[in-house]
Amino acid sequence: MEPVATPFFFYLLAGLMLIGGVLVITRRNPVHSALALIVTLLAQASIYLMLYAPFVAGVQIILYAGGIMVLFLFVIMLVSIERSQRERQFNKQWVVGMVAATALGGLFIAVYTKGRGIFPEHALPAVEAQNTQNVGTLLYGQYMFAFEIASLLLLVAIIGAVVMAKKRI
Amino acid sequence: MLDYVRSYLTSNLTPGSAGNMFWAFVYIVVIFLGLSVAVIAMNWLERKILAHMQVRLGPMRVGPHGLLQPIADAIKLLLKEDIMPAEADGFVFWMAPIFVVLAAFTVFIVVPFGPTHAVTDMNIGVLFMLGVSSLSALGIVMAGWASNSHYPLIGALRSSAQMVSYEIAMGMAVISAVMMTSLNQQGTGTLSMIGIVQAQQAQEIWFIFKFFPLGLIAFFIFAVAMVAETNRAPFDLPEAESELTAGFHTEYSGFRWSLFFLAEYSAMIAVSSIAVTLWLGGWLRPFPNLLTGAKWDLFFSLFPGITFLFLAGMCFYSTVRMPKHPLFRIQTIGLAGFGVVLGLIGLILFITAVRERVQDIYWFSMKVAAFMYLYIWYRGTFPRYRFDQLMKVGWKILLPMGLGVLILTAGVGLWPLIQQTIWNR
Repeated sequence: MEPVATPFFFYLLAGLMLIGGVLVITRRNPVHSALALIVTLLAQASIYLMLYAPFVAGVQIILYAGGIMVLFLFVIMLVSIERSQRERQFNKQWVVGMVAATALGGLFIAVYTKGRGIFPEHALPAVEAQNTQNVGTLLYGQYMFAFEIASLLLLVAIIGAVVMAKKRI
Repeated sequence: MLDYVRSYLTSNLTPGSAGNMFWAFVYIVVIFLGLSVAVIAMNWLERKILAHMQVRLGPMRVGPHGLLQPIADAIKLLLKEDIMPAEADGFVFWMAPIFVVLAAFTVFIVVPFGPTHAVTDMNIGVLFMLGVSSLSALGIVMAGWASNSHYPLIGALRSSAQMVSYEIAMGMAVISAVMMTSLNQQGTGTLSMIGIVQAQQAQEIWFIFKFFPLGLIAFFIFAVAMVAETNRAPFDLPEAESELTAGFHTEYSGFRWSLFFLAEYSAMIAVSSIAVTLWLGGWLRPFPNLLTGAKWDLFFSLFPGITFLFLAGMCFYSTVRMPKHPLFRIQTIGLAGFGVVLGLIGLILFITAVRERVQDIYWFSMKVAAFMYLYIWYRGTFPRYRFDQLMKVGWKILLPMGLGVLILTAGVGLWPLIQQTIWNR
C-alpha cells in the first residue's frame, strides 16, 4: 500500500494550519477567530493521521474540535459582538509578542540546523495497526504516575471552577 | 486497468485496506446514493407511520398512497426562493449547512455493511465516528449564531448544550462495549468497527447479551443518548415548535434547509449503525453459531429476495384495491409498475452469486431500519422533555449509570484473572 505521507499533503495541511492561525489573530469578530481555530485544529488532526498516529488524531477531533471549541463558541455567542467590535482593543503588547515570536522561530531554526543528531535517521516503522493499544499500554504502564498526576490536576481545576461559580456550597 | 478493477474482487479486504482507489470510489458513490434514497424513504415513512399512529391517512394525494410526496417536496424545496436575513453573517450562514452535511456523511466511510463492504477499516473506527459526528454540533452552533435572530440562537445554544452533555454518557456506554471485545477472551481489544463485529462472531454472543445485564444496560444508555444526540423527539428541544418556531434552522429556507434535513436523517442512520455494530452483531445473521449448516445458510440467504417479493405483493394488493375510477387509472398503472420493479429486484436477489454478496448488507440494513422505526415510534409516543429534566436525565441518571456499568464490566471481565491470582497464591 502506498503511504499517504507525501510531501504534498504535508504542505497542504501545514499551509491550512498557518492560514488558520493567522486568521485567528487578525479577525476582529471573535466568532470568526474561533472558526479559524477549528480549521487549524482539524488540519492538525490530519497531520497526526498522516504521521500514523490515528488515536491521537481521533482524540484531537473529539476533544478540541468537538468539545472545547463548542464551549468556546457557546461563550462567545453570548457576548454582544457589536459592542466588543466597537470597543478599542487595549492589548498593545506587540513589541513583546514580536520578540517572543522571533525567539521561538530562532529556536526552531537552531534545532533544525544543529539538531541533526537528535533525530533518528529514518522515519520509524509505521505501527498504525497497533497504535491505540500501544498508547494505552504506555499510558497505563510506563507513564502511569504522570497520567494520574494530570488527572489530579484536572480534578483540582474542576473543583476550583465549581467553587468560583457557586455562591453557596 | 481491467485487472486492477478485477483484482479487488478476489481479495478479502475492504477497498481502503486493499488500497484500491477505484472500488473505494464506487463504494463511496453507492453509499452516498443509498443514503439519499434512505433519507427520502424515511421522509415518506415517517409521515405515513406517524399518521397511522394518530389514526390519520397521511400523504395520499401525490401518487398512490402519497408515494411520490417526497419527490414533490424535493422539487418544492429546490425551486423555493433562497432567503438570507439582511443582518446575517453571510459566510458563516453559508458554511453552516455544508459543514453539517459533511460531518454527517464523512462518518459513513467506516460503517461496516459487511466484512468487506465498508469504504475502509480504520484502527480507530468507533472513535472516528463519535468524533466526526460530534462536529455537527459546531455546524448547528454556526447556523444559529449566523442567522442573527433570537429563536435560532436559543435553539443552537440548547442543541450544543444537549449534545455536549449526552456525548459523555454515550462515550461511557461505547467504552464498555469496546472493553467487551477483549475481556474474558484471548487477544487484544479493538476500536475498529469490523474488528468489533468479528469479536462478537468469535465470542459467539451479541454484546447486548454479554455479562447480562451489563451489556443490556450499556445498550439502553446508548439508545437514549443517541436520540438526544440527533435532536429527535422526545429530546427535540432545539427545534421545539411551540417555543422556538423551528430552532436553529428557523431562518433557513429552500435548498439550505433541505441540507439540514438530509444531515439530520443521515446522522440518525449513522448513530443507529454504531448501535447495531457495537451491540447487535453488525452484519451477522441471526443465530450464526446455533443454526449452522448448509440448510440454514440457504434459508437465511433467501431473506433479502423474500422481503422484496413481499413488498411487491403489497403493491399488487394495493393495486387491486385502488378505486376503479378513470381518474385513478394512471396511479393504478404506476403502482403496478412499481410492484413489478420490486418483484424483479427480489428475483435478482435469489441468484446465488448476488445472494452471497448481499446477505450481510441486508441484515445490517434491517437492523438499522428497526432503529429508524423506533425513532418514529418515539416521536409518536413520548411527550417532549423540559430542558431541566433533559439535563437531569443526562447528568444525574445516564452518566452515573454509565460509569457504574463501565466499572462493573471491567470487574466482571477481569474476574477470572483475579480468581486465578488468588488461587495461585
